[in-house]
Amino acid sequence: MAGVQVSNVSRSFGAHKALDDVSIDFADGGFYALLGPSGSGKTTLLRQIAGFDFPDTGRIAIGGESVEHVPVEKRRIGMVFQNYALFPNMSIAHNIAFGLSVRGEAKATIATEVQRALDLVQLGKLGERRPHQLSGGQRQRVALARAIVTKPRVLLLDEPLGALDKALRVDMQIELKRIQREIGITTIFVTHDQEEALTMSDRIGILRDGRLVQEGPPEEIYDRPKSEFAATFLGDANIFRGDATGNGIRLPDGTAIAAGVGDRLAAGTKASCAVRPERIRIATDAGASSGNANTLKGQVSKRIFAGNNSTYFVERAGQTLKVIVQNTGIDRLAEGQDVMLSWSPESTVLIAAS
Amino acid sequence: MAAQGTSRSGLSSALPLLAPAYLWLTAAIFLPLSAMVFFSFMTDLPLSGKPWAFTLGNYAAFFSQSLYLTLLLASLRLGLEVTLWCVIIGYPAAYVLAKVLKGRSREAIFLLVILPFWSNGLVRIFSWAMVLREGGILDTALNAVLPFKINIDLMYSYPAVIIGLVHSYVPYMVLTCYLTLQAIDDSLIEAGRSLGASRLQVLKRVIIPLSMPGLVAGAALIFVPVVGSFMEPRILGGRTGTFYGTIIEDQFVAVFNWPLGAALSFILLAVVLVILAVASPVLKRAA
Repeated sequence: MAGVQVSNVSRSFGAHKALDDVSIDFADGGFYALLGPSGSGKTTLLRQIAGFDFPDTGRIAIGGESVEHVPVEKRRIGMVFQNYALFPNMSIAHNIAFGLSVRGEAKATIATEVQRALDLVQLGKLGERRPHQLSGGQRQRVALARAIVTKPRVLLLDEPLGALDKALRVDMQIELKRIQREIGITTIFVTHDQEEALTMSDRIGILRDGRLVQEGPPEEIYDRPKSEFAATFLGDANIFRGDATGNGIRLPDGTAIAAGVGDRLAAGTKASCAVRPERIRIATDAGASSGNANTLKGQVSKRIFAGNNSTYFVERAGQTLKVIVQNTGIDRLAEGQDVMLSWSPESTVLIAAS
Repeated sequence: MAAQGTSRSGLSSALPLLAPAYLWLTAAIFLPLSAMVFFSFMTDLPLSGKPWAFTLGNYAAFFSQSLYLTLLLASLRLGLEVTLWCVIIGYPAAYVLAKVLKGRSREAIFLLVILPFWSNGLVRIFSWAMVLREGGILDTALNAVLPFKINIDLMYSYPAVIIGLVHSYVPYMVLTCYLTLQAIDDSLIEAGRSLGASRLQVLKRVIIPLSMPGLVAGAALIFVPVVGSFMEPRILGGRTGTFYGTIIEDQFVAVFNWPLGAALSFILLAVVLVILAVASPVLKRAA
């Protein structure tokens, strides 16, 4: 097993820059998510690491060894494809045995390893079946078993859960995480599902237009996004735009918003503040700011009830703000009601205008 | 009950759609074929007003003269060789068409592959005669390029028959293999390579097994008509081009012994059916 270093990798397809000077360090044994909208370059990056495609410039190293010109079959990686890519002409056991068999392992070794892999993904008795006889979740497990049975240095997953329905996806997330912990393999997975990225990974890299926007642990990216894009793509955020004041921003209408998180910016430069909807307190009376430094008046325009929580859309100076409230009581606010919003500077992230 | 009712109404509504094809097949194939079966048991054609009787003699003739068996074996060998060459030439082309080329260039190459279908078979064979004979196009061109003198006279030889037949039938192999190769998901190839298999191993273990239905279909489409072929052997093979197909043709066209020709045809049909029946489970297991 080994870490993966991607250094200054660029890749263009014609005039389109799919990857633009991307550097990212995947530590040994970590679970990484590459998150981004479609066309952001996340799959291109994964394919560079796998060796299906080669960078125009830059370096890729697996376990300290340069691999940017090594073809995929010599990189000792394991890959799980979005559509599973199981060989339809082989039984499940033969699918899993494929990597060991092309390597020329002894029959007895292959049999034990295949059984161990089947047990690991809890499909112990299905070895003789054909791929088409399995459900989507089972095929996903077989694809995973096939990828890890060869003891690869790194496991790459391309939107592995994208084809599964919601309930199964949650099961597989837990399962995947368990297996990854059990064998301790460096894992990089591509997803466009932010929830998946947040719940599964140790670190997340957010990509946009071929560039790495931000990289770090999920909590850090969620609590301290460095760009409006990172703030809104990973989770929800209310964005206020104005001029930096030294400890926050001033909105065009003169309202000051204090920010306790983020970079200090020179006064007068264009800046934004991001506030998560669940960090905002919503109340009907003006005195209920409970010591929070940031307060705004607004009017509820819409309420979406979702059982354990409600989302309020609050109109304020031409902007619609989103507030999420846990439904701990029954004191719900009506649409059209005037409200007071308040939140602390610690929940406010100052972001340089992009 | 309900299911039966739907299937019956399904059939009756499908009947107008099926009828033209089946009526045509009955009229165009079944009736003449039945007539041929009938002829094959006759001593002579009733057309000339001569007396005739039923006999098994036409079938017995096949077994009493070793020539027929020899020619049948030669034709089967011809069929095998031509099929093999079509695989060797057609499969790589189909692979490139399905997996390497995209867009315009694929269309262009495709057109070149099916071009033989659009030209008259006889014209095709006579053009080969122009190319292959001594002092022909191939001979002249090679001698113009090569520094030493060589004599190319492939005309009226076994290789000429093979060349002509392969040219006529290779598009079938390309098309059937193209269809199965195109249906193979590219991610299967990538999955194989990510597991450490070289391109050759992926070809052997994944691509060829998955494209076996196309290979089998192409082989059947080529083998059957080649075994009974007579035009290419006669024109390009000359005196060496005597095969089972040309003997049958002789019975109908030259000797006017239709009953024998019909009997020989049905023996060929039986042999081919037996071969396909024996081969199909073997090939199915490989696929």
